[in-house]
Amino acid sequence: MSIQADVRQFIVKNFYVADPAGLADDASLLDKGVIDSTGVLEVVAHLESTYGIKVDDAELLPENLDSIARITAFVEKKKG
Amino acid sequence: MCGIAGIFARNETAKTPTREELARMCGAMHHRGPDEFGIFRDARCGLAHARLSIIDLSTGQQPLSNQDGTLWIAFNGEIFNYVELREELVALGHVFKTKSDTEVIVHAYEAWGDEAFAKMNGQWAVALWDEKKKKLVLSRDRVGVRPLYITEHAGRVFFGSEVKAIFAADPSVPRAFDAVGLEETFTFWSIVPPRSVFENVEELRAGYVRTYENGKVHEHAYWEPKYCEPGGANTFKGTLEDATVAVREALEKATALRMLRADVQVGSYLSGGLDSSFVAALGLRAKGEKFSTFSVGFEDAEYDETQFQKQMAARLGTEHHAITVKSGDIANVFPDVIRFAERPVLRTAPAPLFLLSKLVHDAGIKVVLTGEGADEMFAGYDLFREGKVRRFWAKDPKSKRRPLLLDRLYPYLARSPVAQKAMATQFFGRNLENSGSPGFAHEARWRSTAALKRLFSGDVIAKVGTTDVTANFLATLPPEFSRWSHLAQDQYIEIRTLLTGYLLSSQGDRMLMGNSVEGRFPFLDKDVIALADSLPASYKLHVLDEKHVLKLASKDLVPADILARKKQPYRAPDALSFVGAGTPSWVEDVMSEKAVREAGVFSVDGARTLWDKCKARAAGGQFSNADNMAVVGILSTQLVHESILARPAAPRDVPIKTMVDRLA
Repeated sequence: MSIQADVRQFIVKNFYVADPAGLADDASLLDKGVIDSTGVLEVVAHLESTYGIKVDDAELLPENLDSIARITAFVEKKKG
Repeated sequence: MCGIAGIFARNETAKTPTREELARMCGAMHHRGPDEFGIFRDARCGLAHARLSIIDLSTGQQPLSNQDGTLWIAFNGEIFNYVELREELVALGHVFKTKSDTEVIVHAYEAWGDEAFAKMNGQWAVALWDEKKKKLVLSRDRVGVRPLYITEHAGRVFFGSEVKAIFAADPSVPRAFDAVGLEETFTFWSIVPPRSVFENVEELRAGYVRTYENGKVHEHAYWEPKYCEPGGANTFKGTLEDATVAVREALEKATALRMLRADVQVGSYLSGGLDSSFVAALGLRAKGEKFSTFSVGFEDAEYDETQFQKQMAARLGTEHHAITVKSGDIANVFPDVIRFAERPVLRTAPAPLFLLSKLVHDAGIKVVLTGEGADEMFAGYDLFREGKVRRFWAKDPKSKRRPLLLDRLYPYLARSPVAQKAMATQFFGRNLENSGSPGFAHEARWRSTAALKRLFSGDVIAKVGTTDVTANFLATLPPEFSRWSHLAQDQYIEIRTLLTGYLLSSQGDRMLMGNSVEGRFPFLDKDVIALADSLPASYKLHVLDEKHVLKLASKDLVPADILARKKQPYRAPDALSFVGAGTPSWVEDVMSEKAVREAGVFSVDGARTLWDKCKARAAGGQFSNADNMAVVGILSTQLVHESILARPAAPRDVPIKTMVDRLA
């Protein structure tokens, strides 16, 4: 499964998105209310356990984590 | 304090109310007034009354009439200035048969018509039937302490203190969830009257009177809040010191009226915060002798305020009663809580209050004072401070320092991981360009709550369609709204939505009356409200100090460390109360795919995914605010479906003591 597909599956399942088709890859998860500040930590825990990466505190920013596309790009960058 | 209900045939051809229907209405709300039940009916109108005897124990039975028996009343509540109104009416030549406040309303209505309600200082839902004019009058107090629901079916108007009384009267009255009412609940945390969560059932708006006469319905507000305006009539002109004295006097008077105007013992709640501590202290001064206080504490230290409750009780020397909510209690009592609340809730906070009113009932007390309303009238909530900080930030959106003020509101932010801080800044920084718009302070809360609507079923989403409940609500703001301070605007919205729709209902009347206890609210006194509304914003929210004038007015009566405490929002353990060992079986029953499908409100997949996530955290772990609201929202909606719509308990068979049957 691609990183993007995995991230999408995790978001849809963990945040009980009833209409996955309505959630665009570039939609802001915070603006849509899909995740809140606790939800961000759930995303990070998933990324760390699935991809063996370590996310620094300083990287916990909306720029890295606020949409499926941004999360995917962030993971790809971290994995090098 | 009681329950009222009735049926009105709008025309000659509609079915006459039957004694059986009215008796079932009494039986469905027997908890509201287990002391006595009464019925009146003629060919066009029936009134039902369940009485909790508090004033004039021996002769206050209802329904009750005027001197010539042509104007009948069913009344729930208290008119605290009934003694003064009675004197006025006696001077006008009215003759009274009883000493009750109920009879004062009948004569006041005869004397002054709809204007009578504006003269009343109290908490009420009332139905008046004028036999001569064939006119029905329904009215509710200024902020909606007492409930009143109305529906119309087959040419008949049904009304009642609780929806279950209406549904019990006539099985042919249609009953279903109202999609827009659900949409409102999952936005504002409550419906906003006149809407209810049931299709075609209205909640009479607070401060309104409605009349049915000659086939016409007329409704108007007999009272509206008047906030301080520059140069306006209702603007307090004195200094902060003057305001402190005025607030103290108004609250002393309001508390004394509520403490002393009862023919039974009155107790007081003590939450451990400023508001109830102040009220209890004023109650003691009014009464001049020992009385009972009641508190709820939690096994879980995160929610517990026992230390402050004990401190205040010791200072007052009251007979103090306390109950500790343990793990499991909330899930065990939740079906009863929702059966009484009759609406979905997003928090479990009503449950401990239901256990608290049971403690009061078991101690043999029927009436309690509470501090409810202080946060709305004197600006106690974080939301008001948040609105002020965000508007200040909005004047210089690029500022790096202004958003740091958020750390003063939410000290945990300063210690939070960067993620939470960065997210919080984005969250609170949204929409700054609209800082002058109505609803700006509330928008963030509404938006994050509304995200839960992704759990709705396709059917509910389709029925809501393009209805925008936020825009619709903002369209009902009064014309003078724009002339008020930002703080007054925020207070007004908070009162219309959360105070009336949730706090006074799901956490107030319903949890109290579920155990046959009447709450009395000094902060919602007519004169206290008028004074609070007249104060300049800076007297209430001084820089970022909330309830500033109230703290000054209470400092000789409330210990310094209670005054200095940061306001602790009253909360109870939420979603995780419903998972883990020992969870009662009703939980899995209402969350089953079959039950979710039958109720039809939520997406079966969405509900299952959320529920699996919740159960996975049973052993411990953090559960976000949004997840908590989602779980409690679904569970409570499912319970409303079960206990009000699908399989309601049969109304109790109750003895009718007062029977006035014009057709007998």
